[in-house]
Amino acid sequence: MSDKTIKTDAVIIGAGPVGMFAVFELGLVDIKSHLVDILDRPGGQCTELYPEKPIYDIPGLTVVTGQELTDRLMEQIKPFGAEFHLSQRVESLERLNGGFRLATDAGTALECKVVVIAAGGGSFTPKRPPLPGIEAYEGTSVFYSVRKMENFKDRDVLVVGGGDSALDWTLNLQPVAKSLTLVHRRAEFRAAPASVQKMFQLVEEGDVSFKLGQVTELHGEGGKLRAVTVKGADGATFEQPCEVMLPFFGLTMKLGPVADWGLNLEENLVPVDTEKFETSEKGIFAIGDINTYPGKLKLILSGFHEAALMAQQAYHYIYPDKKLIFQYTTSSTSLQKKLGVK
Amino acid sequence: MVRITFIQSDGTERVVEAEPGMTVMEAAVKNGIPGIAAECGGACACATCHVYVDDAWREPTGSPEQMEEDMLDFAFDVRPSSRLSCQIKVTDALDGLVVRIPDKQF
Repeated sequence: MSDKTIKTDAVIIGAGPVGMFAVFELGLVDIKSHLVDILDRPGGQCTELYPEKPIYDIPGLTVVTGQELTDRLMEQIKPFGAEFHLSQRVESLERLNGGFRLATDAGTALECKVVVIAAGGGSFTPKRPPLPGIEAYEGTSVFYSVRKMENFKDRDVLVVGGGDSALDWTLNLQPVAKSLTLVHRRAEFRAAPASVQKMFQLVEEGDVSFKLGQVTELHGEGGKLRAVTVKGADGATFEQPCEVMLPFFGLTMKLGPVADWGLNLEENLVPVDTEKFETSEKGIFAIGDINTYPGKLKLILSGFHEAALMAQQAYHYIYPDKKLIFQYTTSSTSLQKKLGVK
Repeated sequence: MVRITFIQSDGTERVVEAEPGMTVMEAAVKNGIPGIAAECGGACACATCHVYVDDAWREPTGSPEQMEEDMLDFAFDVRPSSRLSCQIKVTDALDGLVVRIPDKQF
């Protein structure tokens, strides 16, 4: 927990391409911003879903990958020195007199005059396997992440999945757990080869039990898991006793806490006007895939446009007494100075 | 035009027409077939366009490449006939293709 509240002009929620470009547009009009993102690196869907995939509709770039676009945007916004708060999610938004106070699940507190929601499809959250009754076990016996290793001490732990999260937690929890079983649908893993090797070594030494199959049912009562049914590779099922289960089936996007901030919503999207891209509340903007308006297209280039117009209005909240004179980066010496052009 | 039959888990069938070159996922989304979420839009990054290929069509549709097989780890109730429909390209040879949509897509 940090006890210091960060004070800034604007907080951008979501460090995808549109959130990043918002730093640029805000920066040009002298607005300092901080970004918050649940992922551990900037880029949003571009780096999380399709880092290697080509994008063909960024104006001026015939083809660019998600990762390359992210790298280029990072370079482009460098002059503005925006601070990134990664691996955390904004949980709450509080109205202050003439501004807002945001708090993240990692304990970061930010005060600002303008909030820019650029959260795309929402925050990436772990996928919940569609096992009947799983909700009843969540938080007591079923966990999608490990906050405290202690919670798994001396317990019969079941890890499900074959990616890096599954392998990492198999290796990390094995020494503290009473027993550790890994269930995966095949003997191949898409995790770091060294982790896979280590895991198989532990299996050989009898410290980890690896079983091929897929979990189909949960057994237990009162939120306490007793066992799961696993369908093996041969189609036969068996019961696997366990007290806690950690399923790792990747991430999906959920709107998350934004839904609780008292903004108007339409089917999990935030309606905005098309002049300022402001939400139902003054000072809170929504740009990129998360907003909706007549004719909306979920394109990165639309988000860029929205960021530019948003910044014009944001200026009036940050500098209420000043008049904003529209300028071009091509010819304005003051803009070029901000960009560090020599 | 290539005809593709989508069978829902409750048995309802819909036949759609697809153009060679598009993917089976695109054919489903374009025709509003329920149960093909395709959250990532066809980047082979989410496993929400999971289908079971009818046994008779297993050979002509081929088998998953490494990336698709990896992504199938994120699907539910994966079977030997499991494919991600965004990775099946429609060709003339697939005219009459039958795929089943899982009970749950997640």
